[in-house]
Amino acid sequence: MATPLSIPDVSDAVYCHDIPAERPWSRILRQRQTLRIVDSEGQQAVDALLYCADDPAERYSSQDTLRVQGSAYVELGTRLISNKGRVMARVTADSCGRHDTSAGCCSCESNAVRFGEATKYQHACRENFILELSKHGLTKRDIVANLNFFMNVPIDPSGAFTVVDGISAPGNYVDVTADMDVLFVISNCPQVNNPCNGFNPTPIRVMIWDPPEMQRAGRADIQSQSSVPL
Amino acid sequence: MTTPQTRQEISEANRRRYEELRAAGQELTPKGLPDATPLNGAPIAPDKIITREQVPAGWYATVRLRRGEALRIVDDSGRASISLIGWREEDTSERINCADTVKVQWSAAISKGRVLLSDMGRVLLSLVEDTSGAHDLLVGGSTPASTRDAFGATTRNTHENFLAAAAKIGLGLRDIPPCVTFFAPVTLDANGRFFWTAGRKRPGDFVDLRAEMNLVLVLSNCAHPLDTARPAAADPITLIRHRALPPGNDDPCRTSSPEIVRAYEFTDRLYA
Repeated sequence: MATPLSIPDVSDAVYCHDIPAERPWSRILRQRQTLRIVDSEGQQAVDALLYCADDPAERYSSQDTLRVQGSAYVELGTRLISNKGRVMARVTADSCGRHDTSAGCCSCESNAVRFGEATKYQHACRENFILELSKHGLTKRDIVANLNFFMNVPIDPSGAFTVVDGISAPGNYVDVTADMDVLFVISNCPQVNNPCNGFNPTPIRVMIWDPPEMQRAGRADIQSQSSVPL
Repeated sequence: MTTPQTRQEISEANRRRYEELRAAGQELTPKGLPDATPLNGAPIAPDKIITREQVPAGWYATVRLRRGEALRIVDDSGRASISLIGWREEDTSERINCADTVKVQWSAAISKGRVLLSDMGRVLLSLVEDTSGAHDLLVGGSTPASTRDAFGATTRNTHENFLAAAAKIGLGLRDIPPCVTFFAPVTLDANGRFFWTAGRKRPGDFVDLRAEMNLVLVLSNCAHPLDTARPAAADPITLIRHRALPPGNDDPCRTSSPEIVRAYEFTDRLYA
């Protein structure tokens, strides 16, 4: 698994779906399948959580991931570690360069603290996560510090911590290859109070590939699945 | 102030507000934070002490704090690190949130005058005294894997301590969030690489955490996984639960920034 996968051919994808701006999404990613998240229009933060499909009490852990890696940012080669110390998935391709896992997701409650009480009544990633997780029998208790793909949060040696303008260009993507069957949950971030989405939330695309040896010759049927309305 | 009309005007107004908040949060607030508590400072009057206990190296303690009480954590030897998680007693789905703590305060470095936030936009604990200012919110505590990697065999560790403590109050793995570790001088370089600055640890370092809501806390006395002094970094710590002075109007924590003023306002409403 240490060798990076060759860049998959788009026509071989077994799944392709556009997640509208501000909306959640989830799907089981089978072991050795690769999920590509495409920042279709650029500067769009994608909040993500991973759960072990067989036992969702085992889930992505930001602190375990950073400790094992020894550094603060998610990038090509980063192993995504569970709260039981196992590798859940790894970043196998990345045309953007840097992703965050320390800033958590936005919530109505934290928005009210950060930006004033009026922003409490704006849609937020935690609302997305709660609703999407409820489809899998999970609750707010199960929301832990998440991944923020395409979100730029430099941490200064002094500790200063800033969400700055997204650095992803239209079409930038990140590939995550699963080491186990995982429930992959995404909130396409609706935040409009900081620069993580360029103050303008936009759609993203998700695509899934089977492991290279399982890919059929020729074009696979692309399943499309519309997200369930709130 | 005019009402923004178009989408672009709203974006621009939001960007201006963000930049103002950033400037205040990263420039004004840090300058206004109080100096560290001296090692011989902030004595606790004997009649204010509720309980006092020692936690052996490798072990954990569960502490219930009422709103207005405080917990002093003392690293007597200067060689311990103490990882902490906590829940609101009345609704344990509300718990410490390290990500919101750093994001709202614009800093991954906490020190006297800072707070630990819950996931519900409220203040869990205020850092009312702190001799150290060297605490970790990013890397977390030790785990079976981190001790196995370091010592060749799994030793007592924070992850299992949290799990055992949670189980005794009816909670489980799902309830364990990322933790804060006190007396853990983790810093990072320009590339984001973590390193340990052992020189920032001193015998007798302590913090006072004032509870802003009724809380159940779990504290784990295990060496931090980056501690270069492991396995020798193992000594008892002292926990002193005491009645804190009621915060005055000029309380440094309550007044540290507009964001934190709001977080206290939302917390006070729980008890209004």
